[in-house]
Amino acid sequence: MSTLAPPQVKTTALPELEAVRAKFPAGSILPQEGLDQPVWIVSRDVLFEVCRELKENPQTQFDMMLDLCGVDFPDREERFEAIYHLYSIQRGARLRLKVPLREDDLVLPSMLKHWKALDWFEREAYDMFGFRFDGHPNLRRILTHEAFQGHPLRKDYDAAKRWILTEDKIYQPHFDLPDNSDDMFERMTINIGPTHPAMHGTFRLMAVLDGETIVASDVEIGYLHRCFEKMSETHTWQHVIPYTDRLNYCSAFINNVGYCKTVEKMLKVEVPPKAVWARMILSEFSRIMDHCVCNGTTLVDAGGLTSFWYLFQPREEIYGLLESVCGARLTVSACRIGGLIQDLPPDFEARCRRLVDMIPQYVQDVETLVNKNRIWIDRSVGVAAISGEDAVNWGWTGPCLRASGVGYDVRRAHPYDLYDTLDFEVPVLYGGDVYDRFRIRMLEIRESLKMIKQLLDRGMPSGPWIVDDPHVALPSKEACYNQMEAMIYHFKLIMDGIHVPEGEVYNMVEGANGELGFYTISDGTSKPYRNHCRAPCFPIFSTFPNLINGGSISDAIVSLGGLNIVAGELER
Amino acid sequence: MNNMIGESWVTTTFDTLEDWSTRNSFWPFPFGTACCAIEFMSTVSSHYDVSRFGSEVVRFSPRQSDVLLVAGTINDKMAPVLKKIYDQMPDPKWVISMGACACSGGFYRAYHVMQGIDEVIPVDVYVPGCPPTPEGLIYGILQLKEKVIRERERFRKQNRESKDQEKTQSVNAGAPTS
Repeated sequence: MSTLAPPQVKTTALPELEAVRAKFPAGSILPQEGLDQPVWIVSRDVLFEVCRELKENPQTQFDMMLDLCGVDFPDREERFEAIYHLYSIQRGARLRLKVPLREDDLVLPSMLKHWKALDWFEREAYDMFGFRFDGHPNLRRILTHEAFQGHPLRKDYDAAKRWILTEDKIYQPHFDLPDNSDDMFERMTINIGPTHPAMHGTFRLMAVLDGETIVASDVEIGYLHRCFEKMSETHTWQHVIPYTDRLNYCSAFINNVGYCKTVEKMLKVEVPPKAVWARMILSEFSRIMDHCVCNGTTLVDAGGLTSFWYLFQPREEIYGLLESVCGARLTVSACRIGGLIQDLPPDFEARCRRLVDMIPQYVQDVETLVNKNRIWIDRSVGVAAISGEDAVNWGWTGPCLRASGVGYDVRRAHPYDLYDTLDFEVPVLYGGDVYDRFRIRMLEIRESLKMIKQLLDRGMPSGPWIVDDPHVALPSKEACYNQMEAMIYHFKLIMDGIHVPEGEVYNMVEGANGELGFYTISDGTSKPYRNHCRAPCFPIFSTFPNLINGGSISDAIVSLGGLNIVAGELER
Repeated sequence: MNNMIGESWVTTTFDTLEDWSTRNSFWPFPFGTACCAIEFMSTVSSHYDVSRFGSEVVRFSPRQSDVLLVAGTINDKMAPVLKKIYDQMPDPKWVISMGACACSGGFYRAYHVMQGIDEVIPVDVYVPGCPPTPEGLIYGILQLKEKVIRERERFRKQNRESKDQEKTQSVNAGAPTS
């Protein structure tokens, strides 16, 4: 039986949104019905004012700009659409704004004044689609290199068309600095990265130093831009799963879940309980792995190598679990649309229990080493601190936001899978500095273990590990060899792929770094029309120059570690 | 000989000693960019412990290292940087290309990804996998060891031959002409 039900329709008009809409001329805002969340099609002329109203009106309070991306529809008269995703932390409400644009007039107002998070998002939209943002102070390419020509995410751009960058074209920043005749030291501009170990391999920091104090700084990224979104458009829905592994490769499994859930939402597929159960356990283990790497490398950056070895050991053990589930250690691709790759191994529960018993000791050891360590406290307390309000304005989510006193967690605010049935806490700290970001990750490891324990106590649900729907999941090997019908379905799925009904969905999960969202558009074929990933690191890292200015150069190194920037996810 | 100086001594030729020390003490420069770098971290940390094979002295300065270990996707923006790092390394130097992306671009046949680092620098050992397991990387390092020995032997042989040739030439030059 097919589970491809007809698309659900009707999101009823919300009164607070209608009140805002009434303030603007009729026809400038058109609500679009029948989608996963409230959607407005906004005319560009009123966009700036609409956003101001949405942010400042106490009834709406959209204080966070989650995401901005573009979409290209070559056949339409208004060829491009700029898509904004707004979120209100207070109300837990979402809103999507679509701004249609004509190809010959791709100018939008820059809304940096409302949300600083848009700084890099607008640069990305310029880079990928060629949108111009009126009033953006530094609108240059961000992900692609300086010699790049054209805008790669437009539909008429060939996915394999490359441009060669030579050394003389590498970007050199210009800093407008006030006169420094009073300063004690001569100013010096230094360049760190992209291959500097403190920059974790792929970021480039350029800073003007006065003695050891950073006066001004600039960050360049794009050294690991791997064209995830363009690759998604050229592969079938299932083939995108391995690409999602390589977004945040420290916790690849969570990306799998995020993407598969998005597609399942479009397909209206019900995932069997066993798969949901296993997905949650493995997601939480992945979160633990991610936090281990982040905290371990942060301590290495601060000079403490021992904790890194301590924290890598549980990671190695979790690799063992993942390897038993799917055969891979790091880039697992263990999810399939509609379930899991295969049945769980017989010793799955025993392995999980062993890990749950073992990991707390390692965490405890590291905390004993550093929590009251004079050197670590001196290096981290008050360093790169940010207030909750600023963090929200910059679009932060995840542990970094929760370390600044804002308790937004997707698992709690918008529970998916079984999270609403679990007993867990969302740890919140108020320092907003490197020390608290470190501690909150340690607290979250404990919460994750608590969740896993509860799930294990419920016992593994019986039943299949993937949905029994031949349009979505491959039939079993046995059926495939013995039944004509199963073989035909197998052939169709392999050669043609899953056909996802027309529509669009934004779906989010709590990644290790924050809200990991996938905004996906389908045109009814076997490939995504557009697959945009809302990477939690991206807005967090855009804050980095502001965090380190005025601090010392060694603080900059420690604060980068504490933010847990993963290049694969940042640059996609 | 043993009777003369006791058992704590071993006699050898200088070439053998140099071979032995070179092949057992690589100083890698980890050019880690992506997922492979995480597996590289696994390889150097306690569980797999690459120091068993003498390659644990990781140096982040190209001037101090002799093996460039490219772990991760290299894109067009990174290419000039990779080239520069390679040029800054002193001879003799070797390159290990770790993972599908570094070897061939992997499954990123895309507008911003280099289709293999051998577009800009020469590679000695390719380690397949996405990412390779630590065992795979260790095997790659062992392969490089053998390659280094082969290279040095060939180099010495060539050297000997050319010296012999020179000798013959000089002997011929000094021979009385009739």
